[in-house]
Amino acid sequence: MDVKEYRGVMVLGEQRNGSIHRVTFELLNRGRSLADKLGVELSCAILGDRVDDLGEVILRGADKVFHVCSQDLATFLPGPYTRALVQLIQEEKPEIVIAAATTTGRTVMPLVAARLGTGLTADCTYLDIDPGERILLQTRPAIGGNIMATIKTPFTRPQMATVRPRSTRPAPRDESRTGEIAVKNYGDMLVSLTERFLEFMADPSQEVNIQDADIIVSGGKGLKNREGFKLVEDLARVLGAGVGATRDAVELGWISYSHQIGLSGKTVSPKLYIAVGISGKVQHLAGMQTSETIVAINKDPDAQIFQVADFGIVGDAFEVVPELINTLKKLKAGA
Amino acid sequence: MNIVVLIKQVPGTDNVKMDPKTGTMIRTGKDNIINPLDENALEEALRLKRSLKNVTVTVISMGPESAMKAIKEAIAMGADGGILLSGRAFAGSDTIATARALSSAIRKLWPVDLILCGERATDGETGQTGAMVAAMLDIPVQTYVQKLEVGDGIITVERLVEGGFERIQVKIPALVTVVKGINQPGFPTLAGKLRAKEVQVPIWGPEDVGLVPDEIGLKGSPTRVVKIFSPKLSRDTIMYHHDNTGRAVSELVNFLSAREIIV
Repeated sequence: MDVKEYRGVMVLGEQRNGSIHRVTFELLNRGRSLADKLGVELSCAILGDRVDDLGEVILRGADKVFHVCSQDLATFLPGPYTRALVQLIQEEKPEIVIAAATTTGRTVMPLVAARLGTGLTADCTYLDIDPGERILLQTRPAIGGNIMATIKTPFTRPQMATVRPRSTRPAPRDESRTGEIAVKNYGDMLVSLTERFLEFMADPSQEVNIQDADIIVSGGKGLKNREGFKLVEDLARVLGAGVGATRDAVELGWISYSHQIGLSGKTVSPKLYIAVGISGKVQHLAGMQTSETIVAINKDPDAQIFQVADFGIVGDAFEVVPELINTLKKLKAGA
Repeated sequence: MNIVVLIKQVPGTDNVKMDPKTGTMIRTGKDNIINPLDENALEEALRLKRSLKNVTVTVISMGPESAMKAIKEAIAMGADGGILLSGRAFAGSDTIATARALSSAIRKLWPVDLILCGERATDGETGQTGAMVAAMLDIPVQTYVQKLEVGDGIITVERLVEGGFERIQVKIPALVTVVKGINQPGFPTLAGKLRAKEVQVPIWGPEDVGLVPDEIGLKGSPTRVVKIFSPKLSRDTIMYHHDNTGRAVSELVNFLSAREIIV
């Protein structure tokens, strides 16, 4: 493989029912900065049938949009999506391909990487370019604790990575931007003989929308048990906040998975994040450290959560939180 | 019906050591367990074995020789047999090299009708290997599966996605990665434990699955760890200690008011 043949940054946009999904604009934000550092074009692949507003993708930072258009791509199926993306990559030869760590991105990217025999790094929190080597540096939290790993793909192309939804802000709109929209028709090769999409069933209980909450109160193992975790829910109620949890709290069965924040859960970026009884493993921090203001309450003065906090209280959550709830209630009553 | 379950032995605690030179994991811990989601994959295979006729369940794991414990445990839980992929040449494999080794082993067991694995492992948390195995075997894949039904030459799955779930039908042979909600894993039985002692679990090296050392391990891995580091977390933190809870709380409320978060 001649790595020099590959040039440009490509992001894999997503559409739902023909509308461009917000995560596409987040990817364009990441992709634009990488493309500018390399001095190359940024392209965006959109796989779908009819897709509205492809021009918006240009205004948000893409130089080129490749719309692979087929009714076989209207809903996600691994086979057709993989074949379309492999074909597009082989034609366009981007040096970097980035997708969102959604159920779609996390499924199609490993399939494409394996077909192309190239590397893939999951759930990156930080992407950068090594200026000397002109190579993608992919940083993600690693194994079990308090370590980050930076990974590169030196010998094969494209260099591939997925990034967490909501870990970047969407690229701003720039009305003056221009670019090219190209439609690709790959015909019968996209027909799937082995897979059939039957239906989508919406499940509102599945999607607790903590990602849209302005304030999140989140609890971890320090709350000791299900009863203790209720403190977090009580505080959230007073603040009109969403409830979050660490993986430990979810695995202990104190709250459902849809509330899990961190590497194996959701990434959130609220105005205020209150972490109660959370030690602050890298996995958890990966899901919340871009919050505007972070408050931490923990008994252990050395807990890593304090390092990302704007305001920390070293103390017993079972004393501090009830006091806070009382104070807030009085404040509300007074107002 | 031949079912293969891919399992990984992972540290039971979060205290994993890293080799500072290669940036890969040092796997020698004593408290190793079967990756929890792989137990769900195994349970799903065992559920099919209980409800259908002529089902054989084989577990495959890649890892150091100590991973034999995980395979024996899977047999004690009800699997018919297992294979351990082990050898120095496998060490340091990234997800592509791991998938290459696993898919080569599965090919040797062919015909296989269904391959089940957990959606991700608790140590690496990449969730990539399953789909990569499917790509290398050129069979359909379904990920994030919370419900699985086997029909005549097809399976129907419920796939957990953002905001709901999808129902999808695929032809077998196929690979399915499962999420926690699919079932409740069982436990090893006494009879199973006795059987696990009897069953011979072969250890396969690269040559046994037709691979040369350059295709696996660090050499066969397209990715390289450049560095590992403790994250620099930088915020100017205002800290209050517990000696006066009331004071700490009122300072916090003032702080939040000043930032116009609460009014």
